[in-house]
Amino acid sequence: MFNIYLSSNSTTRSVLGAVAASSFLFMAACGGSDTTAPTTPETPSATSADAPIVIPMEGLEKTELTFGFIKLTDMAPLAIAYEKGFFEDEGLFVTLEPQANWKVLLDRVIDGELDGAHMLAGQPLAATIGYGTEAHIVTPFSMDLNGNGITVSNDVWAAMKPNIPTMEDGRPVHPIGAEYLKPVVDSYKAEGKPFNMGMVFPVSTHNYELRYWLAAGGIHPGYYSPDDVSGQIQADALLSVTPPPQMPATLEAGTIYGYCVGEPWNQQAVFKGIGVPVITDYEIWKDNPEKVFGINAAFAEENPVTTMAITRALIRAAIWLDENDNANRQEAVDILSRSEYVGADREVIANSMTGTFEYEKGDKRDVPDFNVFFRYNATYPFYSDAVWYLTQMRRWGQIPEGKSDAWYDETARSVYRPDIYLKAARSLVDEGLADEADFPWDSDGYKAPQSEFIDGITFDGRAPNAYLSSLPIGLKDDQTVSNGAVSN
Amino acid sequence: MSAVLATETTTEPDVVEPKPEPEAEVTKTDRKEKWFAAINKASKFLDVFALSWVTPLLMMAAGDGVKRNLGLLWQRLGIPIVAILVFLVAWAQLAPQVKTSLGAIPGPVEVWEQYGVLHQDHLQEQAKADAFYQRQEQRNAALIAAGRPDDVSDVGYTGKKTYYQQIWTSLQTVFFGFFLATIIAAPLGIIMGMSPSMNAAFNPLIQIFKPVSPLAWLPIVTMVVSATVATDSGWSKSFLTSAITVTLCSLWPTLINTALGVATVDKDLVNVGKVLKLTPYTKVTKLVLPSALPLIFTGMRLSLGVGWMVLIAAEMLAQNPGLGKFVWDEFQNGSSQSLAKIIVAVLTIGIIGFLLDRVMVALQTMFTFSSTR
Repeated sequence: MFNIYLSSNSTTRSVLGAVAASSFLFMAACGGSDTTAPTTPETPSATSADAPIVIPMEGLEKTELTFGFIKLTDMAPLAIAYEKGFFEDEGLFVTLEPQANWKVLLDRVIDGELDGAHMLAGQPLAATIGYGTEAHIVTPFSMDLNGNGITVSNDVWAAMKPNIPTMEDGRPVHPIGAEYLKPVVDSYKAEGKPFNMGMVFPVSTHNYELRYWLAAGGIHPGYYSPDDVSGQIQADALLSVTPPPQMPATLEAGTIYGYCVGEPWNQQAVFKGIGVPVITDYEIWKDNPEKVFGINAAFAEENPVTTMAITRALIRAAIWLDENDNANRQEAVDILSRSEYVGADREVIANSMTGTFEYEKGDKRDVPDFNVFFRYNATYPFYSDAVWYLTQMRRWGQIPEGKSDAWYDETARSVYRPDIYLKAARSLVDEGLADEADFPWDSDGYKAPQSEFIDGITFDGRAPNAYLSSLPIGLKDDQTVSNGAVSN
Repeated sequence: MSAVLATETTTEPDVVEPKPEPEAEVTKTDRKEKWFAAINKASKFLDVFALSWVTPLLMMAAGDGVKRNLGLLWQRLGIPIVAILVFLVAWAQLAPQVKTSLGAIPGPVEVWEQYGVLHQDHLQEQAKADAFYQRQEQRNAALIAAGRPDDVSDVGYTGKKTYYQQIWTSLQTVFFGFFLATIIAAPLGIIMGMSPSMNAAFNPLIQIFKPVSPLAWLPIVTMVVSATVATDSGWSKSFLTSAITVTLCSLWPTLINTALGVATVDKDLVNVGKVLKLTPYTKVTKLVLPSALPLIFTGMRLSLGVGWMVLIAAEMLAQNPGLGKFVWDEFQNGSSQSLAKIIVAVLTIGIIGFLLDRVMVALQTMFTFSSTR
């Protein structure tokens, strides 16, 4: 059994396809007979063999798929769809592969090595408008809301803390604005030391959230320009890219003084005692859209049934994650802590996944909506979410010239695909696998104007240029950045 | 080739074992002498497989002087064991004193435990695979029952690669890269060795490319592979990227040694070849290759060693699902067991590298015996 298993599952499969095919046949035959296939008592979270077998829909164009992800807790819908058998129910045979960083992940989706991936909300948009690698990526499914935090090193925290007002029990009042960080940044500047911070990717939600938080507190995070993509033009705090899992190590090494990243890498800093999370993105922008499931536009076009099947499986996974008031989160934590998924220690992942968040060591507070996977229509790909990310790209100069409101709308519509989403949701509702009331059937794709930002400025997705004008720091109207200066 | 092998066994000189003690020679029976001769012969192969300590045991069993053989045994088995024990004790003592943010560096016990965890993981994954195939079978039966036999699937298990499978992937990758390196380097080396002009032409290029690190090749290889290999060609790009990087780095020792081996073929032999007016093909196969083989194998042995070292780095960056990726993933996981698992991988890499080297030494020894011709 051992040898057969080895040979039929190693890379011989792809390399020596013909040879392996025969062993698959043999393997499948083994698996089917009761003498060689014992039941699996030692894998409690594997889908049990006696669960009812669901017959997949007809007409799937492609059934063997490879999806990429980055080791972050918000990849959970993918892990759950796999482990709970939702992909298999759709007749999809999915392999999940952790990727080294966001660039590798995007490039592999573009060249077709990956059929789809857990992506930063900004990635499909940036790729489609040609910032970075150009390719038309679409998203039929938004993966989660919130889930990020900003962590600073112990030294910076020690310098910030005296400025922060405290509650009666002596703990600092949250949310903590960047205005408390400003004196620290100023003192570094006065000493001629660059104040370096890490974020995970130039078009990542973390970059924009960190910039939003810094700018709201009066710290300039710097502009991008077509000839200087460092994003550090006129910057008070210098932001640079570090892959999420390396954030704690980079902070520990003193290369950066703080970072914005998804979980579990903020809680990891608390556990390792190397830094203190100061704010979650829930407090920067309540219920902000975080990751999306990105696929090549060509893939969606050529494989419409498969795309819908994927979306169905992911919606079911999201429902499972939020069902009965997060009742399944502990099991999700067990699955995510396995080395093939996120792989961090169970307690670290549980800290944020189960509705709490630990700031300073011992200062654990309830943040029930820190990770939202389904409620509040979290999985519906709203055009207004896309528009917010586009406004931030414009605000910081990644989109070098002013664009019309209509352009924002068109771009959002070409990338976000609520039509696929609603079709998948409708079929789930029809089969009794989802609840009619959970989906915004009549939405035009724009959320009502939102004002729950840390600085209280209202965002209306239908009027992006007006929104840009209302932000004190950042490019507006037809401003451009050239030779390190802003010109009108 | 077969002729070469046949002559070698008959002309084998006794180099390893000293002659039997003089006072015993009167009473020695022919049978005993035969035993010693056989053990002597075997000892060469035992040496190759790093089992030289078996020889004194066999000699004692055959009735050779106990004292002298015990001394040999101590030197060949006792000292290495003591050294390993000293290393383990020092490791166990010193490791906990190095504190990292992932906890202290794990000692031998924790590392052994994590090996157990990895093994358990493999067994569980097998059970999951069995369940997967069972479900697939049931679904297929249901599909046939529903009148949709065309939708029946026959897919290999899609779960994660276990530790043993990752080792297997690494071995496949390194051998594929090494195979490519050999079929490029050996013929090119022969040409360079036979023609001084070709040697002069290639030498500067070799000198420039030889010291390049795999990490420098990797981005170039990645881009070229991405651009030239179709995604649905059945080849995994990460596999090709890693293997070709191995090729680029492990090419040089074989190339240089082959060229040297061919260039230093005995002048008399070359003259004989001229007198006999051998065709170039016969010259290469009958004259040059047999003489140059020992050096070619030396080169190949070095190449495989280099390839194995390079592979781990290449896999880390190319995301080829082998040991390199295992190390990288565990580093990224940053869990409290990650360091111990990485040390398991380090030891595995070391042991496999050692075994690969022994295999090459074995091949090399087989051919070196003929080097006296």
